[in-house]
Amino acid sequence: MKKILSVLLAGTMAATLAACGSSSTGSTSTGSTSAATTAAAGETSADSGSASSDLTWKIGSQGPLTGGAALYGEAVVNGAKVAVDEINEAGGINGYKIEFKTADDEHDQEKAVNAYNSLKDWGMQVLVGPTTSSPTMAVASEAVNDNMFMITPSGSAVDCTATANAYRVCFSDPAQGTKSAQYIGQHKLATKVAVLYDSSDVYSSGIYEAFAKEAANQGIEIVDTEQFTADSKTDFSTQLQKMQAAGAELAFLPFYYTEAALVLTQANTMGFKPIFFGVDGMDGILGLDNFDTSLAEGLMLLTPFAADATDDATVNFVTRYKDAFGSTPIQFAADAYDAVYIVKKAAEAANLTPDKSVDEIGTALEEQLKSLSYDGITGAGMTWNEGGDVDKEPKAVVIKDGAYVSAE
Amino acid sequence: MMSFISYLLNGLSLGSVYAIIALGYTMVYGIAKMLNFAHGDILMVGGYAAFIALNSLGLPVPVAVLVSMVVCTLLGISIEKIAYKPLRKANSLSVLITAIGVSYLLQNLAQLIFTANPKSFTSFVGIEPIKLAGGQLTVSGETVVTIVTCVIIVVCLVTFINKTKAGQAMLAVSEDKGAATLMGVDVNGTISLTFAIGSALAAIGGILLCSAYPTLTPTTGAMPGIKAFVAAVLGGIGSIPGAFIGGIILGVLENLAKAYISSKLSDAIVFSVLIIVLLVKPTGILGKKIMEKV
Repeated sequence: MKKILSVLLAGTMAATLAACGSSSTGSTSTGSTSAATTAAAGETSADSGSASSDLTWKIGSQGPLTGGAALYGEAVVNGAKVAVDEINEAGGINGYKIEFKTADDEHDQEKAVNAYNSLKDWGMQVLVGPTTSSPTMAVASEAVNDNMFMITPSGSAVDCTATANAYRVCFSDPAQGTKSAQYIGQHKLATKVAVLYDSSDVYSSGIYEAFAKEAANQGIEIVDTEQFTADSKTDFSTQLQKMQAAGAELAFLPFYYTEAALVLTQANTMGFKPIFFGVDGMDGILGLDNFDTSLAEGLMLLTPFAADATDDATVNFVTRYKDAFGSTPIQFAADAYDAVYIVKKAAEAANLTPDKSVDEIGTALEEQLKSLSYDGITGAGMTWNEGGDVDKEPKAVVIKDGAYVSAE
Repeated sequence: MMSFISYLLNGLSLGSVYAIIALGYTMVYGIAKMLNFAHGDILMVGGYAAFIALNSLGLPVPVAVLVSMVVCTLLGISIEKIAYKPLRKANSLSVLITAIGVSYLLQNLAQLIFTANPKSFTSFVGIEPIKLAGGQLTVSGETVVTIVTCVIIVVCLVTFINKTKAGQAMLAVSEDKGAATLMGVDVNGTISLTFAIGSALAAIGGILLCSAYPTLTPTTGAMPGIKAFVAAVLGGIGSIPGAFIGGIILGVLENLAKAYISSKLSDAIVFSVLIIVLLVKPTGILGKKIMEKV
């Protein structure tokens, strides 16, 4: 009996060690034996040969799939999935198919790092994620040690791309605030502006700060600034009343549409009718189940993506997304879709193959992103600066008769 | 002056919603002596039940309210039977932790079933906003209905507890479970009844909360639930009129703090007031010795 036990234990230990060996180098172990042994320097191959012999790309994605922010995580993994399926149907990247795996980070920094590690153990080579800002920062500081190439579709806080391996598809928070102020100033929408923002949220306050800074240069007077917090975001009537009393012609609302729906309803009840101006978080308001879209009539938003756009690429994406998941994609999904294609374009430009190590793939992709220009559904001619920030022009849309119309 | 009255009305509107949720908290605490932290989530379930009954099944409003109340009552009784009853002899901390567990379970189940996508709730109140002082002041129909409902519930509950046999049994159970059993009171039945009533109140609270603030998500009940708990403590937990008063005070304070001090610090101000009140009067505003036992 003891003998059997010790043999079993020894076996388990060996297996564990082998698993550690293959995962700590972070390289793929699914390759054919010869490819794997010659792959990364210093790798002791633990390839048992039992895995599939077809070499594949392993792309991971993570975001909050449960909890209060699940909406965004779901959108990101679904959007990425659409792109992966499409690429696989068309023959993959450089002839290799993509394997796609997702992990839940519950919008929590610690869990995000765990999710990253579990994806890494699976053999992830490129990370399309995380979804939200604070997990992105946590993962980026971990992933930089592996030189894992990561491109967050929607982590918009400035520090999300602080490390050399991290890039993003969406605008950073200050960029959105600045662009909004410029748009309002250049199009002379209003001179008296009131702002309502979520002071407990880094996204919302980040946009507000940049907006307030740029507003002065654009001849915009901020007549009233109101806040709310995550703990009290049901009743906005007092804030709206103060904005109305201050004589605001335009109300800038840099937060998500879940709260915006309430703000619009309450403003309507009290007869406050300025121009409402939102940012990308406002996208999705028309898709809100059972929402009276007449409340959003005339609402303007600066967003890189509009699901109702009629160009072929957007129509194709929206149709595929709807077929697969039964709902209209929000901007997060579009960002993730673009992120996968950006990885594809960069990998093709670098002529990469999946047998390379994570470090080699990371270095090659980072090099490519410096000169890459990509036309996606969230912006044309996207380029990236040294800091990993994207440069693209936002589109302004206005809601007319319950649909997005270009504001130009 | 006009704007002050208008801020006051906003406060009343929010406060009446807190009050109606606080009633359920205080009812269960007063009798079963446990903090049912899942109350806010039962409320959310009530909101979804009402939403489905009204929008998907197309039932008329009174029937939808009834459906929602029945769903919540059944849910409340089952939660009590499955999660709380086995812990009746355990210390109150275990029950509290279980309640928090139930709260998360309900939130995540709702997310699984209804997804995290918010739903826009159709108001159950068909009353147009009332304009006062030549249109300078508006009182929404929801506010009026919520306050009226609140008062009706307070009166009904107080009468029920003081005048009926079941109500007297509740009082007895809250005084002393052991003695109540000896006197022939069905303690388990009484506690189940308390949960049934508390959950039915949650359904009404959910419908009114979502009518006044029409965005329904799986976490809709969480924050208002906690605020309502604070309101119940402020009013004197266990006291039914206290819950009503606590709710209104909390709502008015929150809005006046937003209006005159800072919309950023309103919560901090409200909670400082709570601390001061509790320092001066640890049992809450109406938390007298007699009121404590409902």
